[in-house]
Amino acid sequence: MSEIAEKVKQIIVDKLGVEEADVTPEASFTNDLGADSLDTVELIMEFEKEFNTSIPDDKAESITTVGHAIAYLEDNVN
Amino acid sequence: MKARRVVITGIGAITPLGNSVEEYWNNLEKGVSGAAPITKFDASKFKTQFACEVKGFEAADYINRKELRKMDLVSQYGVAVAKQALDDSNLDLESVDRERFGVIWGSGIGGLKSLQDEVSSFAQGDGTPRFNPFFIPKMIPDLIPGHISMTWGLKGPNFTTVSACASATNAMVDAFNYIRFGISDLFVTGGSEAAVCEAGIGGFNALRALSTRNDSPSSASRPFDATRDGFVLGEGAGAFIFEEYEHAKARGAKIYAEVIGGGMTADAYHMTAPHPEGEGSSRVMAEAMKDAGIKPEDVDYINVHGTSTPLGDIGEVNAIKKVFGEYAYEVSISSTKSMTGHLLGAAGAVEALACLMSIERGVIPPTINFETPDENLDSKLDCTFNEAKKREVNIALSNTFGFGGHNFSVIFKKVTD
Repeated sequence: MSEIAEKVKQIIVDKLGVEEADVTPEASFTNDLGADSLDTVELIMEFEKEFNTSIPDDKAESITTVGHAIAYLEDNVN
Repeated sequence: MKARRVVITGIGAITPLGNSVEEYWNNLEKGVSGAAPITKFDASKFKTQFACEVKGFEAADYINRKELRKMDLVSQYGVAVAKQALDDSNLDLESVDRERFGVIWGSGIGGLKSLQDEVSSFAQGDGTPRFNPFFIPKMIPDLIPGHISMTWGLKGPNFTTVSACASATNAMVDAFNYIRFGISDLFVTGGSEAAVCEAGIGGFNALRALSTRNDSPSSASRPFDATRDGFVLGEGAGAFIFEEYEHAKARGAKIYAEVIGGGMTADAYHMTAPHPEGEGSSRVMAEAMKDAGIKPEDVDYINVHGTSTPLGDIGEVNAIKKVFGEYAYEVSISSTKSMTGHLLGAAGAVEALACLMSIERGVIPPTINFETPDENLDSKLDCTFNEAKKREVNIALSNTFGFGGHNFSVIFKKVTD
């Protein structure tokens, strides 16, 4: 697993209070990990802070699973 | 319309003297001070470097981790103390009508630490707004009863009273009225405050409201002593289940006391200074007693606001003398802020718990740290200095006054029928 993927998983475990084993690439923040819309906004902000990047709103809206987040960040973070 | 009776059937405490009612009452009785050097932040550059902090509070014992991080400490105290009171009440939430079960909560400030942290992190950045989506809900004080309602599905009236240091008494008087006039049957009420942070200490220091006795924190809160130099900031929470009397009786609930009267007045005088003759504070005690249908001679114990500020203590004593006349020398008086510090919006809650202790245990908690009589205060008053005193208490009155000139009194009575 990439370093980015590790960090993303850690942030999700920490913020959503879920078990690490549940944070699979297919897991949806809202359907599988119990996040509401505010939790999702907070996750995106945490990713921005951790990876020192800015995720535009239209991109943020399409990040709905763990896999989406990892893929987006791997593509956009050096 | 005949007003219904209101009784207290559950209590909870998270205080600088302990995180349960039992521990809190025991330490009140022993005359323990909750003050110590501040541990929550580096206070070395502050004029005041001590406070009455809550010790050993584990929010995770009460609230799951996911919810926890969305709450400022002021809400964590609120939910935790509400859980204590609900557990204590033995109410079966599945069988009570939760649409007639509300939450009225007092908090003078709300999530001050969350406000401080979010705004300073913005100020230290490059101007890009990165506010946490939970910033506003963590800060606003009405989210405390909001969280309590969501945790237990309580769907009756739900709001926060904000009247500075009188907030919790304000909440209790409101809850009392809502039940007695038939709007609801049950309330979680009380208050919480968590302002021991840089902004809290710095802000009150700027008002010159805090004691600066840094060399001796435990003797700094000294109401009525000639050398008092301001209040000691406290934090924590107190909670009560207020229940309609017949409802409580029908389910065989333990009843701590009956709430028999409440008063509310305003000084209309000054932002932060109390009226020197205790104009509003004398009227509020008189109003509460009139509401309760009792005479001054019926009151056994007054838990005073008594913050240990030079002006406030004199105004309140003058008010007591004005309202109670000669009987002022016979009623037991004490300021438990000498031990707990000043919990601001939660003060009325923990002080009402001290009143219930006097009724339950027949013990008046002391006003500790008294050494030097103040010539401006009548030495014939019985302020229960330094040691708790045994006294059968049938009726206890609690005063709280807040910046802005808000005055509240609430009266509790032992239930014998």
